[in-house]
Amino acid sequence: MAEILLPSLGSDMEGATLVAFRRAPGDRVARGDIVAEVETDKGILDVEAYEAGVLERFVAEPGQRVRVGEPIALLRVDGEVASGAAPVVPEPTATPSAGAPVAPASATPAAVAAVAAVEQEREPPRASPLARRRAHELDVDLTTLQGTGRHGTISVEDVERAAAARSSAEAAQAPAAPAPAAKAAEPPEADARARMRRVIAATMERSKREIPHFYLSSTLDLEPALTWLEARNRAASVEERVLPAALFVKAVARAARAIPEANARWTGERVELVGDVHVAMAISLRGGGLVAPAVHHVDRLSLAELMASLGDVASRARGGRLRASEMTDGTIAVTSLGDRGVESVLPIVFPPQVAMIGFGKVVQRPWVVDGAVVPRRVVTVTLAADHRVLDGHRGGLFLEALEAYLTKPEDP
Amino acid sequence: MTADEIKRRLVTHLAKIASDVDVGAIDEHADLRDELDIDSLDFLRFMKAIKEDLGVAVPEEDYAKVRSLAGAAAYVAAKMA
Repeated sequence: MAEILLPSLGSDMEGATLVAFRRAPGDRVARGDIVAEVETDKGILDVEAYEAGVLERFVAEPGQRVRVGEPIALLRVDGEVASGAAPVVPEPTATPSAGAPVAPASATPAAVAAVAAVEQEREPPRASPLARRRAHELDVDLTTLQGTGRHGTISVEDVERAAAARSSAEAAQAPAAPAPAAKAAEPPEADARARMRRVIAATMERSKREIPHFYLSSTLDLEPALTWLEARNRAASVEERVLPAALFVKAVARAARAIPEANARWTGERVELVGDVHVAMAISLRGGGLVAPAVHHVDRLSLAELMASLGDVASRARGGRLRASEMTDGTIAVTSLGDRGVESVLPIVFPPQVAMIGFGKVVQRPWVVDGAVVPRRVVTVTLAADHRVLDGHRGGLFLEALEAYLTKPEDP
Repeated sequence: MTADEIKRRLVTHLAKIASDVDVGAIDEHADLRDELDIDSLDFLRFMKAIKEDLGVAVPEEDYAKVRSLAGAAAYVAAKMA
């Protein structure tokens, strides 16, 4: 029997109040399904199942205060036979038994973090000195993290990811920054924004200090893709329309498949390729700040599915309803400032990712086609990459692949 | 439906999309993207809302006509007339 635990997005989250269950005992749930809603000091958080199975029973009630790492429900995982006997639920403060839940390798980081919080009662966390120092700076509790380094060692990236996820959640939950005259009246929201700014500052500072960035840019002829898209959208209902942004994100995911080093991480000693392609979308919050929730398995989504996912994630990001896994799962990132009229973007890689692709505004330019100068709509695409993992040649191939996929967006 | 009623309905939809902005205080002749800090995804949501609520499908080639609240209200009113 697996426990569905209250996840943590940071050291300042000690617990939450269970608001409601979204599923009932006996319901089948898939990994990633939302099982419950909890209210933290910073807002509502969706709790997801990190394994597939059948919801056996609840072990907490709506309105109840639950500590991070404590179970809220029991899940009979696939392959497990239902037991007539009531499962033993460990007391919240008891030392976990040998049967304490172990997060699967594919578990969401939030679930891993929650499990880790329970397991850490047995032994202190293994962390690098730099990670310990950074955890102190960012007020991150190491006991709530599970390391992704060698032998589970907590790295600086793990710490900063947890801090960023915490602050992103806080900022997404906070209303827009008030007008200057009203700022003094709303210190909690202003504080959340300030904390988010500090985490962004720390992460970007470290990224620029430690990641040897290099940048490659190409200006791509979008005319064939946009002509195809416009014809597609003319034949579609409003609900089925696809934006150029979806073509960009899809092409990035396909290029990441073709050049897997762009969808990887640097462990400190070697390159570790990441199997799944989860594209983190940089989304600005209207009151200031930034979140980068991941859209999962973009390479497997159709354009229609991707459009739906983008709309959903963007809407929830601004409404403060992101899931824990979305805050931490990104394997490669995309930013676009075209809507704001910016022609080219030189992004900063968000560790532990090793590549971020910036899209500028689609503009019309004179272009040479078959020896003649003609007006064409073009976009400038910039790959920002970690030179420890990608070389210029492979980066160039990445942009080449991106261009090829953008030229034929109709291909699956 | 009167022009004022159409505008009220549009404001209601914009308020849902940019829930953290006082939509009632915007310049109705200004570009919605600047007034509400909305992006292309938000704008598409607005187009979907107009279609669902008022039955008017705005083709992409007409987007320039509905970039402002006043423009959108006039466009919808003309289509519903």
